[in-house]
Amino acid sequence: MTTHRIFGEALAGRDIAARHPQFFQGVLKNNKTSFAIFTAAALIYLFGWYSVGVSFDRLMGGFSKFGWIIGLMLPPNPGSLHLAWVFFHGLIETLSMAFLGTFVAACLAFPLGLLAAKNIVSNSVIHLLVRRFLDTIRGIDTLIWALIWIGVVGLGPFAGVLAIITSDLGAFGKLFSEAFEAVDSKPVEGVKASGGSKLHALRFGMLPQVIPVIAGQVLYYFESNTRSATIIGIVGAGGIGLYLTETIRTLEWQQTSFIIILVLITVSLIDWLSGKLRLTIIGNQAR
Amino acid sequence: MSRAVQQIPKDQFDRLHGAYNQALSSKNRMTAIGLFILLLLLASSFVGSEVDVHKFLRNIWRFPNYFYEITPKLSIQNFFGDVAEWFWGINKWLRQLGETLLIAYVGTITGVIIAFCLSFLSSRNMAISKWSQIFTRRLLEFLRTVPEIVFALIFVVSFGLGPLPGVLALTFHTAGALGKLFSEIIENIDAKPVEGIRASGGSWFHQVRYGAVPQVISNFTSYSLLRFEINVRGAAVMGFVGAGGIGQTLIEYIRKFYYSDVSAVLILIIATVMIIDTVTEKIRHAFIGTLER
Repeated sequence: MTTHRIFGEALAGRDIAARHPQFFQGVLKNNKTSFAIFTAAALIYLFGWYSVGVSFDRLMGGFSKFGWIIGLMLPPNPGSLHLAWVFFHGLIETLSMAFLGTFVAACLAFPLGLLAAKNIVSNSVIHLLVRRFLDTIRGIDTLIWALIWIGVVGLGPFAGVLAIITSDLGAFGKLFSEAFEAVDSKPVEGVKASGGSKLHALRFGMLPQVIPVIAGQVLYYFESNTRSATIIGIVGAGGIGLYLTETIRTLEWQQTSFIIILVLITVSLIDWLSGKLRLTIIGNQAR
Repeated sequence: MSRAVQQIPKDQFDRLHGAYNQALSSKNRMTAIGLFILLLLLASSFVGSEVDVHKFLRNIWRFPNYFYEITPKLSIQNFFGDVAEWFWGINKWLRQLGETLLIAYVGTITGVIIAFCLSFLSSRNMAISKWSQIFTRRLLEFLRTVPEIVFALIFVVSFGLGPLPGVLALTFHTAGALGKLFSEIIENIDAKPVEGIRASGGSWFHQVRYGAVPQVISNFTSYSLLRFEINVRGAAVMGFVGAGGIGQTLIEYIRKFYYSDVSAVLILIIATVMIIDTVTEKIRHAFIGTLER
């Protein structure tokens, strides 16, 4: 009898809603600001579609043409054995660019990351300068860096390597400095307390903590650089992107699809491999 | 006289010492093999990417020189006049930057909507059937792996030049990239609310709407905002292949060596990217705050 009354009151709805209004308030319905923001976002979205010149006819025409192109792409065919060899060579170039670029960028970014970490360099001027420098580098896309480096060392994969190094330097510097700032300070203090120098504290207190984090990030960037190295050839900085653009521009769709499939297979292979490697590294260090 | 420290018998010590050395040497051997493979890969990629140290050293002065060249020649006497001349095309550039942002915005939102729909179908715990899961997974993988610029190149052929192929390319790539992240979030949700709704007779739609969505919406928003930042950078170079935005102007200036214009456009792009990064971070924190009350 009593139980029934208690639950009956609790489930009456209005009571609960009155006692805990925050759980019954819809995010959009009862909140004027949220509603206004949502409407504004939706209006900008519609205006965006309008301003890019979308129309039903254009979409239909475009997608039917796209479907037609997909039809032309099948079956994937490199054209000749020689061309297949050329594409394969481009792929090797792409992988080399990604590997070398990531490796050198990681080596160069390590000292920069140290400088940008608050708990290592306490001088706020150096800290701020390095941070802004890294932000600026990161703000420029790999393709733009590639264009600049082409002006320095000429067309070819070397410019691509340099572009990957420069753009990754910004990203790695930031990620590494965050990894340094997130370390547990106890081992560092322990090394210092037992008479170790600052370098000892860094080597035996910090590095063991950050190495697995950094290794994971470098491997992840190698994966993503493999993808970006495939397109860097679009501006002429070597790799398979050059052939990809060329076959699209000359409307050799069967070759295009052959290259795309080649890239897809390679990228998923690299993903799988580096995933395995990452697990091994992190697993070993966690023990 | 007895020793203060008790020593273990000699044979036991040898056994333990041997095992320790063996473990150490096997670890060292693994490290050596790893280093060897790394060096081998480095050497082969050195050859594969045609690295030419000599050419690099001979031409490296061009790199700082390029930045010297693109730095505008400002004088103190006529500072504001020089700045005005440097940013002579500011109206045109700002309009193109606006177009770039709109491309990123529309592409991101459309991609998020597609990813939202597909992620439930491709997640292990909410999929309708085995086949829908396999099919949507493969689709998302394909969309994710093909770079957005490649989509843009193909769409430029089928839709014609302009911002529309850029929007569609970003949409496709965003749908693929976010679809995977979203479905991973969905796979990590607490199953109890979903089971509760199923037990009280809710349909699949009800389970998704009232069981899963409230748990995932804040993570979805945060990832979408991060994706928007990435897409702003992506949209800035869409113009390189003729898919709208400021990239078209930038590549033209770089190729034609209009030095001071290059720096002006680059500064505008970097400033925009930084502003967008800060604003989205603020929004992300505010939004997560309201949702996790």
